[in-house]
Amino acid sequence: MTSSEAPAIGLTHGGSEDTGHPHRGPESKSIVVPYGFWLFVLSDMVLFSALFATYAALAHATDGGPTSNQLFDRTLVAIETMALLLSSFTCGLAMIAAKRKNMVWTQGWLLVTGLLGAVFLFIELFEFAKMVAEGAPPQRSAFLSSFFTLVGCHGAHVTAGLLWIGTMMAQIWAKGFKEHIVRRLLCLSIFWHALDIIWVAIFTIVYLIGTLP
Amino acid sequence: MLGKLSWDAIPFHEPIPLITSLVVLLAVAAVAVWVWRNGWWPYLRDEYITSTDHKRIGIMYIVLALLMLVRGFADAIMMRLQQSLAIGASQGYLPPEHYNQIFSAHGTIMIFFVAMPFVIGFMNFVVPLQLGVRDVAFPTMNNVSFWLTASGALLVNLSLFIGEFARTGWLAFPPLSEIEFSPGVGVDYYLVALQISGVGTVLTAVNFVTTILKIRAPGMSYLRMPVFCWTSLASNLLILAAFPVLTVSLALLMLDRYLGFHFFTNDGGGNSMLYMNLIWVWGHPEVYILVLPAFGIYSEVAATFSGKPLFGYRSMVFATLTICIISFMVWLHHFFTMGAGANINAVFGIASMIIGIPTGVKIYNWLFTMYGGRVRFTVPMYYLIGFMLTFVIGGLTGVLLAIPPVDFIVHNSLFLVAHFHQVIIGGVVFALMAGYTYWFPKAFGFTLDERLGKAVFWCWFIGFHLAFMPLYVLGFWGATRRMQHIPDPTWAPWLNVALVGAVIIGVGIVLTVVQLLYSIKTRDQRMDVTGDPWDGRTLEWLTLSPPPHYNFAVLPDVHGEEAYWTRKQTAIKLDQLIKEPDYQPIEMPLNTPVGVICAFFASVCGFAVIWHIWWLAILGLIGAFAIFVWYAWQDEHEHIIPVDEVRKNARERRRIRMEHLHTLSQST
Repeated sequence: MTSSEAPAIGLTHGGSEDTGHPHRGPESKSIVVPYGFWLFVLSDMVLFSALFATYAALAHATDGGPTSNQLFDRTLVAIETMALLLSSFTCGLAMIAAKRKNMVWTQGWLLVTGLLGAVFLFIELFEFAKMVAEGAPPQRSAFLSSFFTLVGCHGAHVTAGLLWIGTMMAQIWAKGFKEHIVRRLLCLSIFWHALDIIWVAIFTIVYLIGTLP
Repeated sequence: MLGKLSWDAIPFHEPIPLITSLVVLLAVAAVAVWVWRNGWWPYLRDEYITSTDHKRIGIMYIVLALLMLVRGFADAIMMRLQQSLAIGASQGYLPPEHYNQIFSAHGTIMIFFVAMPFVIGFMNFVVPLQLGVRDVAFPTMNNVSFWLTASGALLVNLSLFIGEFARTGWLAFPPLSEIEFSPGVGVDYYLVALQISGVGTVLTAVNFVTTILKIRAPGMSYLRMPVFCWTSLASNLLILAAFPVLTVSLALLMLDRYLGFHFFTNDGGGNSMLYMNLIWVWGHPEVYILVLPAFGIYSEVAATFSGKPLFGYRSMVFATLTICIISFMVWLHHFFTMGAGANINAVFGIASMIIGIPTGVKIYNWLFTMYGGRVRFTVPMYYLIGFMLTFVIGGLTGVLLAIPPVDFIVHNSLFLVAHFHQVIIGGVVFALMAGYTYWFPKAFGFTLDERLGKAVFWCWFIGFHLAFMPLYVLGFWGATRRMQHIPDPTWAPWLNVALVGAVIIGVGIVLTVVQLLYSIKTRDQRMDVTGDPWDGRTLEWLTLSPPPHYNFAVLPDVHGEEAYWTRKQTAIKLDQLIKEPDYQPIEMPLNTPVGVICAFFASVCGFAVIWHIWWLAILGLIGAFAIFVWYAWQDEHEHIIPVDEVRKNARERRRIRMEHLHTLSQST
């Protein structure tokens, strides 16, 4: 439709002026939707960076209470981490299955992803409960406030992810591999992998550094 | 069952909020009855409330902003009146706890519910038109964003009728805002309202960054985008990077207040300076979130009414992005007195002064745009010139404040109050009024009355200077901000001048309403039949006023920096329009009730959280999730506009354009 306009004006687009943009006009939805979702994920990363900064500023403000060395258990966190990293892998497998429009494997891998996420969440809650029982609830000190908030915010994201996985499984089951549903699945996988990246940072900054002798 | 809520929450014993509440409720009821009686409800529902049309959503944002401007201004005039009355022996008419709520509400409302929706309203209305496309990237989400903003505004205003508002200033600094010192629901209203509207703002940013980077007309390369699109892009990038930090700051304060955490408390190892750092990491970019689009409006106005391309287009883009980046490196200048040390203060002081350089580049660009042009002194042009005079002084006092030793002396004084009002009113509000006049005909098909518009300008211009110049003087004399009572009677003359200034601004606001009503009444004299009332240069003037839902029958093909100007000049030279294109059916987003339902649940949930009604809060969350899933389950989110309708409308537009073209060709 654009080429029919050009001759009457007698001009072309003039390539040298066109830095950084193709000539064809608006991008398709398959580009636009994940792009927008990426931006949202980036803003979520900024949110976590503020929580990391808060943790860094308050990590030593223990107010005479328990310190990270006394509280954290590397073994437990290692299992937790394996569960989440593995779930990212199975999420990738679900995406491959979805690309092949294979209902059974897509549902299966999504289920495994969700279950691994649930295992992660269960261990996290177990750890939280243990700390509260040991007299280290978030109200005890600024350090614990910032620890529970940073890790808990990640946990809340995982919970939202589980809700999303469940909803997506129901949608794929009911509607099949329609274009817009596969797009949503792609966004879900971006979200899930992003949570993994944030967890790697939490694992390093909170747990590894926090348990240095 | 009802948490902290009881009959005590209604201000039966305070006449001012009680009467205001009753008047507002009556006015809302009267408007509702009026709309229903005239049978306008279906129109309102289908064309505005559930609309996914970026133009309609933009108009709703601006209506919200204008309504909140009245509320925020009422707070302002009450403060000025109190400070003129409560001098020496007199205590004035506002008790401290009420006065403190008023200055907190004034700041909160003016920034979050006037300036922000006004700016976002213009982005909504203008950006897709200027980019030559049919809508934003995510039209349904756009509707949700608006309604979440409205939900926040609703909660802030609800605090007038039920309970109280924060008494902690517009940024609710701890430890004052902690539960220990502010046990009431005021701070909770503040926190919850801003969290809800903040979600809306972040979604808006996702929407607009995606739109500007991914959805543009063919040939609209980055360096052909109008400057308003560039400044909108910069502003939305800032929102994307800054608003999550606001969300975190407010969330941490909520955790302190609701669950007894120790982020900013005096005990338990809390650190209230952490809050200052976090909130200003958002707060300083926020200033540029508002002022960059304002600079964009001035750029459009300067070029159009000087009849010249914008001087130094590329330097304007470069300056915008420079400001965008440096705005993240200056936050500490809001608390030089914290004691971070001389070296850190020096770094942030110098960074703050450096921002003046790209801003100066812009001022010179606008001046050089006017230089040698055929300047038409219309209302938007008045605002541009008024802005340049006012903003430069505001910038200079800003550079003064950026010098740490000076800041130690005038910190927290009326000098600071005068400074930021000078840059926000002189910079942002003038631009919004200019934009309102400039784009009004595009939105409604007729121009605003010019004479009344100029009267409004003079009220703002004179009123502003009378209201705020005295505050510089008082600031130098040591008057601190937010004083409910004035101890020194010698300050009285200056405060009275400031009150007169505020009254003049008030006359300007009344005249704005008069202008609107008069312009509607006499619209037949000022119809914009051509769609190009100002001899514009950007693509929004290519389509009709008001534009059809789909904006352009065929996406315009862009050549050169000034897309529409190039096209118009070619057409005039050849005395013919471009060859009639091959029309196609157009796919447009359907209306959606999701936004308003979502905002309903958000408001219910927010209200419940404020009053500790936990079952209702959970119900609200479930409701929001349910509507979300319901929307996700729909298969059809678009409808098709048949090609016949597109062709018919487009031919009508071409006929009008042909007539317009002949008059133009004859005059050149």
